[in-house]
Formats: sequence, structure tokens, C-alpha cells
Amino acid sequence: MSLIRLQNIARRYQMGAEIIHALRSVSIEIRRGEYVAIMGPSGSGKSTLMNLLGCLDSPTEGDYELNGENVSEMDDNQLADIRNREIGFVFQTFNLLARATALRNVELPLIYAGVPAEERRERAREALQQVGLTDRVQHRPNELSGGQRQRVAIARALVTRPSIILADEPTGNLDSRTGEEIMHFFDRLSGAGNTVLLVTHEESIADHAQRIIRLRDGEIAADESRARVPEAPA
Amino acid sequence: MNLLLELGEGLRIALEAIRANKLRSILTTLGIIIGVVTVTLMGTAIDGLNRAFMESVAKLGVDTLYISRTGWFVESYEQWMSLRNRRPITLRQVLGLEEEATLVTAVAPIVETMQSVKYRDREAQSVRIIGTTEQAVLTGGTGVARGRYFTAEESDGGRPVCVIGSDVATNLFPHTPPMGNQIKIGFQPFEIVGVMEKQGSFLGAFSLDNQITIPVRQFISHFWHDPDFQIQVKVANVAWLDEAKEELRGAMRKVRRLEPGEPDDFDINQQEQLAERLAVVSRTIAAVGLFITGLSLFVGGIGIMNIMFVSVTERTQEIGLRKALGAKRRTILIQFLIEAAAICILGGLLALAIAWPLTLALAQFMPARLSLPLVGLALLVSLLTGLISGFLPAWRAARMNPVDALRNE
Ligand SMILES: Nc1ncnc2c1ncn2[C@@H]1O[C@H](COP(=O)(O)OP(=O)(O)O)[C@@H](O)[C@H]1O
Ligand SMILES: [Mg+2]
Repeated sequence: MSLIRLQNIARRYQMGAEIIHALRSVSIEIRRGEYVAIMGPSGSGKSTLMNLLGCLDSPTEGDYELNGENVSEMDDNQLADIRNREIGFVFQTFNLLARATALRNVELPLIYAGVPAEERRERAREALQQVGLTDRVQHRPNELSGGQRQRVAIARALVTRPSIILADEPTGNLDSRTGEEIMHFFDRLSGAGNTVLLVTHEESIADHAQRIIRLRDGEIAADESRARVPEAPA
Repeated sequence: MNLLLELGEGLRIALEAIRANKLRSILTTLGIIIGVVTVTLMGTAIDGLNRAFMESVAKLGVDTLYISRTGWFVESYEQWMSLRNRRPITLRQVLGLEEEATLVTAVAPIVETMQSVKYRDREAQSVRIIGTTEQAVLTGGTGVARGRYFTAEESDGGRPVCVIGSDVATNLFPHTPPMGNQIKIGFQPFEIVGVMEKQGSFLGAFSLDNQITIPVRQFISHFWHDPDFQIQVKVANVAWLDEAKEELRGAMRKVRRLEPGEPDDFDINQQEQLAERLAVVSRTIAAVGLFITGLSLFVGGIGIMNIMFVSVTERTQEIGLRKALGAKRRTILIQFLIEAAAICILGGLLALAIAWPLTLALAQFMPARLSLPLVGLALLVSLLTGLISGFLPAWRAARMNPVDALRNE
């Protein structure tokens, strides 16, 4: 059974009198454990697709089934619940709370999940350990490098043990060396059986994935699965 | 996510946000501070005034009626013009009334004037001289501290004796006991037979201890030959107050020889009338106070609303992120409501810190004190202002679309 099933998804924006077709008719199935890169030129609808997949936005048309549940019918609160339970986000601009420590940033989704404080801290520490930041737990974002910030964000994404990890241009704000470092963590997550979807316009980043979906003008131009690039020894 | 956890998290975020913008938060609370200071000071003042009023009113006695040519409160010029022509109440009428009335235990005629008083080389200016009978000790309700009151014979016969108030006693006799000494009221010598108990002041306006009581006949022969008397009547039983009043009205009409159909040419006053008046005064103060408070809270509330809109706009991305991570509308709403409420409570606490010394200063002039219910009220008002003025901004934050909020750079 597919983890994600999109059927004839369309997303249109009304801009004054003009209607923008961000996505025209997109159907995708993604199985649990897949490692997918979404590529395409700027404006092709990658972020729109990511937002729909992440339940941050609802489609104008079509059906979205996530883990057997029909998401396109859900209201605001149910979507918030789904996001909290099923999805881990990694953003291009990290989106950490500036005033909070790394630990508290990672705890955040657990707070909304209603996890008690003790367990929250334990799990957040564990997640930070997984991204190699055990010694940065009490640091605030402005005391961390770009790569470290993105690692905090990855820890935050995986702390809830979500079904999918969604990353929209996760290396977009990093130099290529740091970008590769970050990709190493996504590779590891995928290797551990997580479903990872990432948006990028860099072929070298997309090369990490097993499957590349190419968008053009709001439609799928290509959908190719490939042999996995062997993981670099840690 | 349970509500308690949500409230705790909201409070934590709010305090972080306030700490990050200390100066802004404090400036924002200025309106709240003014409002709450006003509400506490007004509350304190009204409380104090009421208490002072009640003490003064109590001195009039619930079971005492005051008959005079005119009422205590003249409402208009026209009314005053019509009252002007009423005949004075004479001593003979007072005595006649005493004969007629059955539901009373004492009837005392009262006349007063101001005189200066001398003992040897000491002098007291503007002492209230009251001419009355021995019955006044019953109607007035104040006892004699030392010595005695003058007797019925002394009231009738007009022996020059007097009972002095405690202020007069301390002023004229700082070192020696006053009893038995002769003082001069105006140019007339009087022998002191007693000193009254201390009574305090009436409505803070004049001292009831700076007075001397003398037999009414003495008063008439030395100070005022044809005065207009007031009559103090002590009713035998408070339960009969209304009946006694009716009886006195009839008796007064009889001794003043009013024809049936003629209107009363006197008034019977009682404590209640003064109490009503005083209630009007304290209601007026309350209304003015509430108006100022309401206005400053309104202005303060607008300020809070404004700063909360700024706060929501500044933190659009944060709101987007929180929603993306699973915060519900309710969670965001509560977070910003708590922030607004926390700012206002901060203002309320600052206001109390200001109001407290002001109350102590006020206490120099009147019985004022910052009571616990008043403190509670102040904080409650702050809290409500925060919740009300924070609602719109919080609602806007709660309804934000996470995609739009996250895109905001
Ligand atoms: N909120 C929006 N309102 C109007 N148009 C939008 C909105 N979001 C995206 N678009 C338009 O939809 C198209 C696809 O955008 P997007 O998904 O961001 O592309 P990509 O991420 O591939 O660059 C673009 O033409 C963009 O201008
Ligand atoms: Mg994009």
C-alpha cells in the first residue's frame, strides 16, 4: 500500500482577475521508505506540491490520501494533528525560534503532541545526538553555524518519528560542502527506513535520492527511479 | 495537547516575548497603569469617604428626629423663597410640643451662636455656644466625661452654669482641672459644672468638641432674645419612628396653630435624609472615578491591541512554524491572549506599586487603605483589559494560513 497517493491534484491561485495554475493535474504514489527528490525550474510548482504533501495547504481539486486517511477533506485542526503526527519539516531558512535553545527548538513539536516534559527533553536530547549536536544542546541559533542550525531543524523533524520527512531546498542557504554534510543526514535517515522527500534544483543534491520527480509548469514532466548511490562510509 | 500544558507553554512564550521587549512592554502598559491607579485610588477614596460619612451619620442617631423651620436640604431658589417666610419656632412651641408628644423620651430645644470664651488670660475664639435643656443629654447621645450636666432646675431657672466640650477644656485649662471655675462667654460669667465626652468632627467639617452648652434661658437672656429654635426629639422606640414622626407633625401643627388645610410650616429631618445625600456624593465620586478609569483603560486597551498586532506581525514566521509543527488555532489564540494578559497584569502590578504609596499619602487626610479586594479588583481589571484588547490580534494570529506565514520573510 502507498504511503502517499495523490490523484489528479490541482492547485490554483487567484491573483486579481488572473488565475495561476501552480499545479495542473498531478498524480503521484510514494511508498513507505522511498527517498524522493522533486526537481524543476523556479515557478514550476515544487513548493506548492511540498505544501500540499505537508498538509500545510489544501488542493483546489483532487484527492490526497496519506497513510490511508483522506487529507483533502480535513479541517484545520485535523490537519494540525496530521502534521504533528505524520510529518517532519525541514525548511530552507531553518526556521528555528531565535530565543530558544537547540533543545527547546527540538522539543517544540512534542509540546504540541502533548508529551510530558520529562519525556520531551529525553527524546529531544536523543534526536540532537542523532545529528551529532550533543554538545550544542543549550546553544541558541545565533550561537550555531548554518549547518548546525539545519541539523537542529533535522533533529526537530525526526523527534516525533514521523511517517515522512519533507525538506524544501534544505541546502539552499548553505555552501556546497555544508550542503553535502546535511545530505549525509538525509541519507542516513533514508537508510534507517524513513520516507524522505526533498525539493532541490541542484542535480548533485538530487543524486542522493532513489527517485526523481521532475515538474514543469505545474505538471509532472518525468518520474524516474534509479539505483541507489551507495552511501558514503560514515 | 491538554489545556494545562498549553497554558503553561503560552505563559512561557509570553514571558520570553515580554523579556525580549522590556521597554516596549512597559510603555505599552502606561494606559493600564493610569487606569488601575485611578481605580484603586478612587476605590480607596470612596471607601474612606463612605466610612467617614457613616461615622458622622451615626452621630445623628437612628432614633432621633430633628424638627426645624426649614428642611436640611433646600433644593431650589423658589423653595428657599417660600421657606423664608415661615415663622420661627419659639421656646413656647417647643415646650408645648413636649407636652403633646407621647411616643418620645426627650425633647430638647437647640439654639446656637458663636462667641469667644475667656478664662483669666487665655482666650478661645469662635466657640459654638449651644442653648438647650437638660434633655439634650438624652437626644444628643453624648455623655459627660467629668462633672455633670446641668439639671432641669438650672435649665428653667437660668443659673449661669455650663458644660464644656473637650477641646475647650484643653484649650482653656491646659494644666488645671476646669470644674468649678468661672469662664466668660462673651462678657457673661459661667460656672463650669461638667466636661463633655470627646466626639470628633462632623463630616470632617467642624469639631463637635469646640462647643459649650448652657441652659436655654441663659442663652436667651444674654445672647439672643428671639431665636429660631431647632428641636431634637428622641423617639422612645426606633420601631415607632414613623408613628412618632406623624404624632410630632400633628403636635407641631397644633402648637403652631395651623388651620386644617394649611401646609406644614416646619420640617422633620432624620438621619436617613443625610445618608441619602451622602450616598449621592459618593456615587458622584464613583461615577467620575469610573469615567476616568474607563477612559484610561480604553486608551490603554487600544495601546495593548496595537502592540499585540505589531507582535503578531513581527512573529508571523514563528506562528507559521508553530502551526506547521502542529499548533492548533486554539493554541495560537491562547498563546497571544496570555501574552496580552501578562503585559496587562504587569501593568496592574506596576500600578499597585504606584498606588500603594499614594494611598498611604491619602491616609493622612482620610481613612484610606488599599484593601485586598481592591487589589484583586485591580488585577482582575488588568486581566480583562488584556484579554479583551488582545483578542483581535490573537484571533488574527490564530487564523493565519501556515503557508503564507512561513513564506513571510
Ligand atoms: N500564494 C500564492 N499566490 C499566488 N501565486 C502563487 C502562490 N504561491 C505560489 N504561487 C505561484 O505558483 C507557481 C508555483 O510556485 P512554487 O510552487 O512556489 O514554485 P517553485 O517552488 O517550484 O519555485 C508560481 O507561478 C508562483 O508564482
Ligand atoms: Mg520553491
